[in-house]
Amino acid sequence: MEELRILSPTAILGYGFPVQSFEEGMRRNPHVIAVDAGSTDPGPYYLGAGISFTDRGAVKRDLEIILPAALEKGIPVIIGSAGGSGGRPHLEWNIDIIKEIAEEKGLKFRMAVINAEIDKEYISKKLSEGKVQPLYPNQRLTENELKETGRIVGQMGVEPFLRALDEEVRVIVAGRAYDPAVFAAAAIQKGYDKGLALHLGKILECPSIAAAPGSGSDSMIGYLGKDYFKVEPLNPIRKCTALSVAAHTLYEKTNPYILPGPGGMLDLTETEFIQETERTVRVRGSRFIPSEKYTVKLEGARKIGYRTLSIAGIRDPIMIAGIDEVISGVRERVKDNFSSLKMDYFLDFKVYGRNGVMGALEPWTDIQSHELGIIIEAVARDQATANTICSFARSTMLHYGYKGRVATAGNLAFPYSPSDLEAGEVYTFSVYHIIEADDPAELFPIEIITVGGSDDFED
Amino acid sequence: MILKIRLIDTAEVIRSKNSGPYELTFDIIFKDWDTFKLFCDKKLIRKELIARLYNIPEEKVISVIEFKPAKAIKATIVRPIASGGLGETDVYGAQQHAPLLSLEFDI
Repeated sequence: MEELRILSPTAILGYGFPVQSFEEGMRRNPHVIAVDAGSTDPGPYYLGAGISFTDRGAVKRDLEIILPAALEKGIPVIIGSAGGSGGRPHLEWNIDIIKEIAEEKGLKFRMAVINAEIDKEYISKKLSEGKVQPLYPNQRLTENELKETGRIVGQMGVEPFLRALDEEVRVIVAGRAYDPAVFAAAAIQKGYDKGLALHLGKILECPSIAAAPGSGSDSMIGYLGKDYFKVEPLNPIRKCTALSVAAHTLYEKTNPYILPGPGGMLDLTETEFIQETERTVRVRGSRFIPSEKYTVKLEGARKIGYRTLSIAGIRDPIMIAGIDEVISGVRERVKDNFSSLKMDYFLDFKVYGRNGVMGALEPWTDIQSHELGIIIEAVARDQATANTICSFARSTMLHYGYKGRVATAGNLAFPYSPSDLEAGEVYTFSVYHIIEADDPAELFPIEIITVGGSDDFED
Repeated sequence: MILKIRLIDTAEVIRSKNSGPYELTFDIIFKDWDTFKLFCDKKLIRKELIARLYNIPEEKVISVIEFKPAKAIKATIVRPIASGGLGETDVYGAQQHAPLLSLEFDI
């Protein structure tokens, strides 16, 4: 079995990579270039609002290098979790960038587009059949929660990619995908071991984070054989060590031995990490264990309102000592002032210098700092109400007459004018469940399009 | 003889991060095998310790796992709120490791 070479340019499309690293990768004659473009890490807003957390200019820069190089070599490019969250608008956003590049560079190619946004009626039907289960520690999905959730995506496994590869397209751009799937698909299509292919994919999805020194914006190549894989960073300043690669297995995972994914789990209990050369690591023993039923993870975000915030600082030691009294007093005043209007709102005060970073998890509750940073935050069903609550809380806090006050001109230092900032729509994760699919590819329809040139002269 | 060991002196990496939007996971990667083995043998990192450190009930500590290939011990807890929910302070969960830095053990 010939060694299959998979090039991963960067951790997330748009995070960039040194051109030298990418070119070094192309000199190794990869069989495929794959890149993950998304994550739930930046929070629910991006999925809900249909906006990418990556920058358009930065994504275009990366693809401008990747696409022509791959087309010239005749190898496929596979992009997963397009536009960060992998919903329909995110996918369209990425397709638009690809079309723009094709036009500017005079490229023409066939491309598969795989949708990952899941129809709510489909989920509702599965829900009534008892085929939607919560992922711990989430609750059972209710019909109402489903109805109020704006956008739901499913994490596709390798199966839709296998179908797209059969169409002999040059580029595959997919919505939300299980991170390792884009890297493993071409290998699985060629008959390589699924466990090793997916484990290699796990490492290549954040390529140089598994190297030392680590980086989120550098390239790595993976070599897959019959019963092993090897990883090698493409920047000479980095090395893969048995420890750096093994440590990466811990990253963002609950249990590093058992990694559940679409259609089964990756079992790393027998995995060995062996230092091959000074810069490369060989891995063997990783296994894929298929599950009885094929399940797909769903992610959904629900819009809960609009946010306004005000940022301020406090330097007065008497005010700092009495900060709890001030905040509870301001809360009371806000509540009392609008009591007749029955306003529904969320009001929060983040106190940096006390527990602004850790909130309820903070074990040190004594204030040691000579100054505090305050964020006053209001969330309400509409922007106007959020503005009203934030504004009133801010002006009340500014002039609040706390116990022992000597500085009677004002309690807060505002770094900005205007002091209040509209932060727009607010979302919350509302769906994080698994759904049983009858066919691993049924949720993810594929469309084949021709990008660039004129369709009349299809070659 | 009682020896005081500070976690920060024995670990190469101490970090926190989301493991999905509903969990927070802590990684401690040790500098050498002897210390890793000592921590495992004596079960120095336990669910009860993590619960006390973060002032949460023990049932909110999902697991404490020893991962030999990386000389690491990993603990995972339920996030107080889902990532980015109302009241969030750390969307990525990357700055929740600090209390681990001041841990000390009597050996």
